[in-house]
Amino acid sequence: MPPLVQPISDVRAAASTIARPVLELREVHTYYGHIHALKGISLVVQPGEVVTLIGANGAGKTTTLRTVSGLVKPRQGQVLLEGQDITHLPPHEVAALGVGHVPEGRRIFPRLTVLENLEMGAYLVRDPGEIRRRLKFVFEVFPRLYERQDQPGGTLSGGEQQMLAIGRALMMEPKIMLLDEPSMGLAPVLVETIFGVLKQLNEHGTTILLVEQNAHMALQVAHRGYVIETGRIVLEGTAAELAKNPQVQAAYLGGLD
Amino acid sequence: MTGQLRLIRLYRAVVYPLIQLTVWSAASLVIISAVTLALAVVFNRQVAGGLTLVDFVVRTLPQVAIDGLTIGFLYAMIALGYTMVYGVLQLINFAHSEIFMVGAFVGVEFMLLLNLPPDQPVQGLLLVILLTTLLGMAASGLLAVGIERVAYRPLRHAPRLVPLISAIGVSFFLQDTVRAIEGLVNNAFFRNYPSFPALNEPLTLASVTVAGEPVTVQMQAKIILIIVVSLVMLSGLNYLVNATRLGRAIRAVAQDQATAALMGVNVDRIIMLTFLIGGALGGATGVLFGIRVGRIDPYVGFIPGIKAFTAAVLGGIGNITGAMLGGLVLGVLEAFAGAYLSQFTGGAFGSEYKDIFAFAILIIILIFRPTGLLGEIVAQRA
Repeated sequence: MPPLVQPISDVRAAASTIARPVLELREVHTYYGHIHALKGISLVVQPGEVVTLIGANGAGKTTTLRTVSGLVKPRQGQVLLEGQDITHLPPHEVAALGVGHVPEGRRIFPRLTVLENLEMGAYLVRDPGEIRRRLKFVFEVFPRLYERQDQPGGTLSGGEQQMLAIGRALMMEPKIMLLDEPSMGLAPVLVETIFGVLKQLNEHGTTILLVEQNAHMALQVAHRGYVIETGRIVLEGTAAELAKNPQVQAAYLGGLD
Repeated sequence: MTGQLRLIRLYRAVVYPLIQLTVWSAASLVIISAVTLALAVVFNRQVAGGLTLVDFVVRTLPQVAIDGLTIGFLYAMIALGYTMVYGVLQLINFAHSEIFMVGAFVGVEFMLLLNLPPDQPVQGLLLVILLTTLLGMAASGLLAVGIERVAYRPLRHAPRLVPLISAIGVSFFLQDTVRAIEGLVNNAFFRNYPSFPALNEPLTLASVTVAGEPVTVQMQAKIILIIVVSLVMLSGLNYLVNATRLGRAIRAVAQDQATAALMGVNVDRIIMLTFLIGGALGGATGVLFGIRVGRIDPYVGFIPGIKAFTAAVLGGIGNITGAMLGGLVLGVLEAFAGAYLSQFTGGAFGSEYKDIFAFAILIIILIFRPTGLLGEIVAQRA
């Protein structure tokens, strides 16, 4: 009997692998105490995509990322990583499954050296050769970090710290990278550099979910985007569509042309 | 390139801290000796035995210095337990003094169980003491892990005062449990470490004549042993914390728990291991302390514990190097105070007043430099 059934399920399995998004949120509700921060967020990130989540301060962008990586637990809904339910996993297990979260405010370890910070990114990798290979890659992407590798992370400039935070997440070789406000507090020229690197990384195959207040920059690198307002997705579309949308222009791209 | 890198790391993790320890030991000894000698010259007069104060100080100085270093190393090892736990949890583990005490008791029970005849040769004794130390480490380490699991982890998100009170509760619980067990089994709640002549016999390390005064430097074998074991432990800890994957994770958790978790670090496990390491150091110190003083009781942890806490605060709580520095400075200061206070004050203050120094330091540090000599962690966390 099994031979007859097997091929069909195999095809289904194969099909679902192809169509399976890297990350999917289904009707996620998250609370901070009594505050209903996410009111049913659903979104999808496909392999190789850069998806951006834009919205005002307090709309729930950071909470969405924190919910994905397990730092806060949703009360309802599901978070799926490559189809696997990670809704109730603790953050270190979510990280082990391939979610690289670059948190808001960079959160580098101030008293670890740059090199040690990067090594923390590869904490779950035991093979020294593999760690060396990844380090080499990160130093190629951010030569500045190579020059500063013996310095405590806390002594870096804001831009360098952002590079370190991204580099640290790259050390995880994540299936998806969650980036929370990489442009925050950086000079415009550095913002350009960081977004250039993100674009480059994506071209090399890194899937990115990008949270930004700087909607203009975000829509330049993203393929698709979601607009979030007070815990709800109010608009979604390709980056080009969103950039042309009058509502988005008025609310988030104000002052352009 | 990588071989070179490894060498650099090894230097930073092992050699550099050893140099640092040596420099600090020497510096604190030199400074405090100089102050003592200066005071002796200023207040010079006849003291007992037909000696002047200066003669007395010169003759006893080396011995006092060795005593100071010995106590200093012991304080440093206990202080590490406080400081490591504070580093990862911002909790002052007041039960640490009882973790230390339990180590001392496990050690004494083991040695009594062996029931060795007193005329053992030194080599065999060294092995026994090493084994006892390891046993004390295991017992105290596991005890610390158990305490964290039962008394602190459920209170992880409670206001900071709550686990502190829980710590004091654990402290009383352990004191009285040990007292009850010893009382039932042994009909007395204190125990004496077996004494071996081979360990107590003073070995003359040096004998010189300074300005016509004979000065001999003598050390009992057990004191040498305590110093050597302490140095090995302190170096081992430095290596562990500064050069291994586990140590890096401990430091990362101490700096930012949430972000460490995002890197895949199981924070609960790292906290557990921190308690294990701190507890094991405390247990080893308990055994060494017991061998040094001989008689121990269930309350023997309190004073060394609170002094080691002072040492940790002096060095900057949360700071591992600081704990070692604080321990050394405090130990040396206390040994000098204990040895010379009564001679300098003409007997008005006996050596029992030496504790004033430790606690005066605690108060002064808390008022004027709450981050300690090397600390900045508290300020950053606030």
